[in-house]
Amino acid sequence: MKKHLGFIVSLLIILACGAYPIVTGSPMAREDMFVMLSYIGLALSLNVLMGFTGYVSFGHVVFFGIGGYITFALIYHYGIGLIPALIAGGIVAALIAGLLGMAVLNLRGAYFAIATIGINEAFKTLISNIDYLGGAEGLFFNLRKAYSPYGGSQKALWYSFILLVIVTLAALIVSFLVKRSKFGLGLFSIREDEDAAKVLGINTKLYKTIAFMISAFFPGMIGGLFFFKNGSIDPNSAFHLLKSVEMIFMVMLGGIGTIFGPVVGALTYEEIRSYLLLNPAFKDLHLAISGVILLLIVLFIPDGIVGFLRRKIKFFKEVFE
Amino acid sequence: MNVYVDALINGVLLGLIYGLAAMGLALIWGVMKVINLSHGAFITLGMFFSYVVFTSLHFPPYISVFMAIIVGLLAGVITYFTALHRVLNAGELSTLLSTYSVSLIIIGLLMFVFATTPKALNLGMNIFTAKMVAAGFSFVFSVILYYFLYKTDTGMAIRAVSQHPDASKLMGIDTVKILAFSFGLGVALAMAAGTLISMIFPFSVLSGGLYELKSFVICVIGGLGNPLGALIGGIVLGILENVFGLFVNQGIVPFIEFTILILILLYKPQGLLGGH
Repeated sequence: MKKHLGFIVSLLIILACGAYPIVTGSPMAREDMFVMLSYIGLALSLNVLMGFTGYVSFGHVVFFGIGGYITFALIYHYGIGLIPALIAGGIVAALIAGLLGMAVLNLRGAYFAIATIGINEAFKTLISNIDYLGGAEGLFFNLRKAYSPYGGSQKALWYSFILLVIVTLAALIVSFLVKRSKFGLGLFSIREDEDAAKVLGINTKLYKTIAFMISAFFPGMIGGLFFFKNGSIDPNSAFHLLKSVEMIFMVMLGGIGTIFGPVVGALTYEEIRSYLLLNPAFKDLHLAISGVILLLIVLFIPDGIVGFLRRKIKFFKEVFE
Repeated sequence: MNVYVDALINGVLLGLIYGLAAMGLALIWGVMKVINLSHGAFITLGMFFSYVVFTSLHFPPYISVFMAIIVGLLAGVITYFTALHRVLNAGELSTLLSTYSVSLIIIGLLMFVFATTPKALNLGMNIFTAKMVAAGFSFVFSVILYYFLYKTDTGMAIRAVSQHPDASKLMGIDTVKILAFSFGLGVALAMAAGTLISMIFPFSVLSGGLYELKSFVICVIGGLGNPLGALIGGIVLGILENVFGLFVNQGIVPFIEFTILILILLYKPQGLLGGH
């Protein structure tokens, strides 16, 4: 029980984030929690790759963008329902991750990081040139038409929020199951020493590729929900490199490789960000201040909040897996 | 026919400047195995340095570029000791993130001061002359860098550290000093490139990112960690952009660039030119 405390607390956090707007019925709270939950989901997904295998994808937002575009285009052009469109978005993102992964996961360390940045930029410019997807201007919903199957825009927004709660919960449960499984053990052995893992008979390529696919699937669905709620999509917001770095930031801040880490990291990051953005004294400096905070984390607590608690407080030593 | 010659000449000129921009990235990667994600921010810093010097002191970029080199050297050494020294041996993720946070700090501060409105310098020269001047400076700086790396003691020490840090320490080289200096040199090159680019194109706080991405492509073409390969990589990219732009839709050119980047990484990670 104590060992799974991190997972249980994470579960409760996600449920609380989901329940709060529903109980209060406040659209404002819903908007806040939408951002919070999508960050938690993104951080948890990236952690499957980055935390478990040690491969750092610097262009992970590409899957958020791909999922977003697939979902959006399916609804926009064919009026397909949100759920099938979302699942399609997630699956396509995962499949593309699988194809790309077979190629670029042979690269290690910094080479892999550069390749992922390159992939993101390549997709961004490719999609900017496809008229079917709206080119550089992107696509816009006819809001009344797009949201009418769900009973108007307010209901559609609530609907997408509830789906996001489910997706985030799924991301949490999947990461937890992966971490506890034999497959997860294989991923960790890749992180510690890939060559040794290979010698011991682990099909490292397959393992890495599957981890990459899992960590792409949820961002694909979250992207779909995000742009559905947004009502519009364009290449710059779908493939914004900063978002990739935000994901990495949240994982690092919370504690890389743990389950609780990405959740608490996303929570803390979003709190810091909204505090800086809402405070008039810091509003224009929020980017610079985030930079200072990130630098301090990297320099002084590279194992994040979870690692810090584990080192400093005896009770937490074995709590977070 | 004339169009092709024009594109070729423009490509080479632009390529020399791209090459200078990428050289700093290649140098830093070569010496300390760090992908400097603050490279683009320092390029932007160079642009705004040139802008401030031009508007307040009326020094044109071809003079302020020398000041930018000194400022860059200092800024680089300071950055090395505050953000990098501690995490240099902690693995790629730490150095990628620490240099990225430096970039956030620089861009954040620049945005605070200048907002995101585009700026341009009115130097009273036509664009082609400006390109010629900027490319000429890039070429001269590259030659000086070559001479410095291959003919001077400090340059030799830098190359020694890049090949084998431990052995060079045993040989009595103060590796920390060399690493800090190399980072400073890389930043100085980035700022110089930014200053020269400000002669040719309008720029904003966010412009540096584009040149950083181009620098990745160039370094990969020229071989990561090989500053002179970067110059050739830059010219290849400059020609590619200008000549390709004649045949295909200009918008698709970046896609081709990044596809090339990924393909080279996959099939010839040591770069088209070998590198080391």
